[in-house]
Amino acid sequence: MGVRLRRAAGIALRQYYLLRGSPARVLALYAWILVDIVLWGFITRYLNTLASPGTDFVPMLLGAVLLWDFFTRVMHSVTTGFLEDVWSQNFLNLFASPLSIREYLGGLVLFSVATSLLGLLAMVALASAAFGLRFFAYGLMLVPFLLVLFLFGIALGILGAALVLRFGPASEWLVWPIPAVVTPFAAVFYPVSTLPAWMQATAQLLPPSYVFEGMRSIVTGGAYSGKPLVWGLGLCALYILVAAWVFARVHSTVVRTGLLARYKAESSA
Amino acid sequence: MATGISPVLSVDGVKRVFGRAVAVDGISFGVGPDEIVGLLGPNGAGKTTTINMILGVLSPTAGTIRIEGVDVVADRARALRRTNFAAVYAPLPGNLTVSQNLRFFGLLYEVESPGKRIGELLEAFDLEKMKHVKFGLLSSGEQTRVCLAKAMLNRPRLLLLDEPTASLDPATARDIRAKILEFCGRDRMGVLWTTHNMHEVTEVCDRVLFLSHGRILLEGDPAALPRAHGKETLEELFITVAREPLALGGG
Repeated sequence: MGVRLRRAAGIALRQYYLLRGSPARVLALYAWILVDIVLWGFITRYLNTLASPGTDFVPMLLGAVLLWDFFTRVMHSVTTGFLEDVWSQNFLNLFASPLSIREYLGGLVLFSVATSLLGLLAMVALASAAFGLRFFAYGLMLVPFLLVLFLFGIALGILGAALVLRFGPASEWLVWPIPAVVTPFAAVFYPVSTLPAWMQATAQLLPPSYVFEGMRSIVTGGAYSGKPLVWGLGLCALYILVAAWVFARVHSTVVRTGLLARYKAESSA
Repeated sequence: MATGISPVLSVDGVKRVFGRAVAVDGISFGVGPDEIVGLLGPNGAGKTTTINMILGVLSPTAGTIRIEGVDVVADRARALRRTNFAAVYAPLPGNLTVSQNLRFFGLLYEVESPGKRIGELLEAFDLEKMKHVKFGLLSSGEQTRVCLAKAMLNRPRLLLLDEPTASLDPATARDIRAKILEFCGRDRMGVLWTTHNMHEVTEVCDRVLFLSHGRILLEGDPAALPRAHGKETLEELFITVAREPLALGGG
């Protein structure tokens, strides 16, 4: 049976209801990313005073922070949507309905698109108004940059949800630090060439590294063909398929072992 | 179940093993349309495990479960389209209001004209006044009514009720039973109903299945079954099933 949009919309609607009724959730959506922009905004301003005249760290560092926070926001949006069902012990109601895994994940992604774009707008507005970031200076490459980060965020978000589904509610703490673990490898703040060989090899497998290499290249006035981004997009598509497959396999495992029906018990069957 | 009528639910040789423990041991039964079947048995007899398998959240180790002829394992989404359930251990999200919960599940079950249907159910279960109240803030009786409204959203052909009146006072429980019977009769549902309240069983069930150690020990009309086994009441029979299943041929 194909994906029923109404069911996916139901999942997204549920998340919207939660957001609408909870100022704490709205605050969480913006607070940390805006704090990050303020912090890095002042750091870049300070670095500019130390650097030689004409050097501007704003597009390189603040731009990188903004894009990385966008990725983090996308990933956390998917996992938080899933965790809402963990926290409200809603699995039995969900998975005893005709909802398919694709529809469930589709609904989480749908909502993530909306919240991530809102977060991005808020960050761009603050970074531009307070620290003079010219976000659109990246030109048309901005579209694939955001697309790669968005898709990679979705893939890691689904993978994080699969982890929690398999290992129980307490494994939620494994999911939050995933972006931090990926950061050094993704070359967010420095070129890939800075890394030792084994980390460079890992960076090649991480789509965001192509985004940040491209961003630095544009900012420093160098040529950037964009071809590596196509590879990055390909990797993203592959990772989303793999993550969705892993989630479906985990779901099938927890149905087989009985973990889903006894999820509250955090049994490790 | 009357012969010649296709069952709504057909459970055939279903077994479920957890490690070395056999929770359900090759049971077979059916539920017909417009029939209420009581699934009875002591704690740990396998009732909830059976319901979880019918709902597709637990796969059987062996055997098949079909809802209106559709295999639950092979085509879960299609089998569950006209199935629903209410269980005391499966509350709705407490952080959504009554109305939001019904809208959310209405979309999952692809309810036609959801606004109209939700309005009907809010009225039928006397939930109008609390439709904007969060589910988690309601009393047990009110929560049960909301869960039942959710269970009726898609006009199920098969309804699974796992102790729907547990933790309710007798007056509320009676009202809830009456409401369920009204809906079941109107929509000709097949119902599988678990409870430990034998008075409730006598009042609502057309047929009962006594489960012990994962096996169906007895089956029949709840009014006639006790006398057929030398007992005065269904409760006495239940206690015998729980304490001395061997006396009834089980174990």
